[in-house]
Amino acid sequence: MSAGYSSAGQRARWWLPAAVDWRITLFCYMTLAPVLALFAYVRVYPIAWSVVLSFYRWNLIRPQKPFIGFTNYLNLLADDNFLLALKNTAIYSLATVGLSTVLALPLAVFLARKSRLSAFYQTVYFLPVITPMVPMAIAWKWIYDYNYGILNYALSLFGIGAVPWLTDPRIALWALIIMGVWKVLGYNLILFLVGIRNIPESYMEAASLDGASAWQRFWRVTLPLLKPILLYVLVTATINSFNVFTQVYVMTLGSQAAPGQAVRVLVFDIYQNGFQYLKMGYASAEAVILTLIVLGFTLIQFRFARAQEE
Amino acid sequence: MRPRHRKSGRLARKIGETLGRIAIHAVLMLGAVFMVLPMIWMVATSFKSAAEIAVWPPQFLPAAPTFANFTGIFEVAPFARFFLNSVGMSLVATVSVAVTSLLAGAIFAKYRFPGRTVLFGLVIATAIVPFESYMIPLYLQMNAVKWINTYQGMVLPYLFMSFGIFLMRQHVSSAIPTDYLEAARIDRASEWWILLRIITPLSTTALSAIGIFAFIQAWSAFLWPLLIANDQLLFNMEVGLTAFQFKFSSDYGKLMAGSVVSVVPMLCIFLVLRRRIIDSVALTGLKG
Repeated sequence: MSAGYSSAGQRARWWLPAAVDWRITLFCYMTLAPVLALFAYVRVYPIAWSVVLSFYRWNLIRPQKPFIGFTNYLNLLADDNFLLALKNTAIYSLATVGLSTVLALPLAVFLARKSRLSAFYQTVYFLPVITPMVPMAIAWKWIYDYNYGILNYALSLFGIGAVPWLTDPRIALWALIIMGVWKVLGYNLILFLVGIRNIPESYMEAASLDGASAWQRFWRVTLPLLKPILLYVLVTATINSFNVFTQVYVMTLGSQAAPGQAVRVLVFDIYQNGFQYLKMGYASAEAVILTLIVLGFTLIQFRFARAQEE
Repeated sequence: MRPRHRKSGRLARKIGETLGRIAIHAVLMLGAVFMVLPMIWMVATSFKSAAEIAVWPPQFLPAAPTFANFTGIFEVAPFARFFLNSVGMSLVATVSVAVTSLLAGAIFAKYRFPGRTVLFGLVIATAIVPFESYMIPLYLQMNAVKWINTYQGMVLPYLFMSFGIFLMRQHVSSAIPTDYLEAARIDRASEWWILLRIITPLSTTALSAIGIFAFIQAWSAFLWPLLIANDQLLFNMEVGLTAFQFKFSSDYGKLMAGSVVSVVPMLCIFLVLRRRIIDSVALTGLKG
């Protein structure tokens, strides 16, 4: 009677039809049907189709859609725009993730000490994480403004001349990185904080009794025990920053004050090839490469997480 | 000589500790200022007149605060419409994600049926693929069913959240004992009754966390609405703000006012549910 239920002793054996309770199965599929239909339509099908599309020359305005094998991928490897986008995205990701981690770690160590202000700090540091990207990108654009921006004014107080934050593509990449660090710092901080607070008090006390300084305790106790969370944060933050688009679009593009050449990032290149040049197949090949990069990072995390468990 | 030395040593250590604590607070406070400064600057600018914004050197706070920017944005662009579109889209997404996550999460957690492992594996595996990777086929699908430039096309991808299902399954399998369900079955309760009257009431905490995430995600939606909405009456706040920026790129007073209007709802939700949001993120590591 209760074959359809899962209880602790049972193991999943979907290939074993003997234990199937058909009444339960019918109920499950009837309940799941709307969810699975939605899931198939907005996730599974488009993901599968993006791979298929990448092997075709598919221009939205032309009727013919010839199969061209790996030609899109080969063309991408010789496409300067794509390579530039890949390079910029990689620099953006590495710098944003690196800086936000290096800054969040000591802040988390400080915050882990019992303090009445702890909740206040957590709230304030988490604010940028929760706020939508577009309005904050516009706010940062105003801060970075060449003529009236408060940042250039602040720098002028130290005798530094006006910096073309968003108009020089090389500097603009770093302007985006600073904004990116500001946005994700709180997220990393909260996760590190959880990790540090989970370290048993006795470990720290033992290290103190052995005469370890605060510095040594951080390097010898906190950091090694924080490794799994550190790895998780590094990987998820890298994956998320590889999808960077909104702030690039708002801050370096699409307004009268925008520079001629934007900071080209991967998703922007996909957007441009797909929706401005209508090269759907070509853009899909780029999208598949983005997926593969993300998948690569995920596998790295799995591998390390497994190594840690053993 | 000796006791005195020890006493001064203790004092020195105490002073050192206090100084250390002050230094730590100074660093934390400095970081906190860096976090809020852009927002304060945004709010301050939104209350300044055009003349005051152009003043050099810039004054941090407005000398004569004005609401002109806030009333102005509603005159030059349909911001009320943008705002309502955002609210509507976020609410629909929240309800849909809550319902689909509850149904699928509960089924995957408490029932065994052929195909379960494969289906749940598929939900988790596809969650890794970034939205930007499959937006092109999704756009072509919308094109095929003539849903470009419609509300339903705009909200569709936000109706489903793999992470919601994952979170719900975790919650139901760990927090709701199977004995409860068995007891109800012995009392001849139907599976639907069990789902609605036992599992649902015991899952409100997880459901609210999932709902908050769905709302935040839909509210911040940008790239998809940018592709789908051509008519400005369909724009959400994010796309509306960007379009507004196209036209009035130097009118920073109005731009900041529009930005404030877009940020305030998120800010309110965050300040009210602060503890729950931070705890959920800490627990699940979900990107907000």
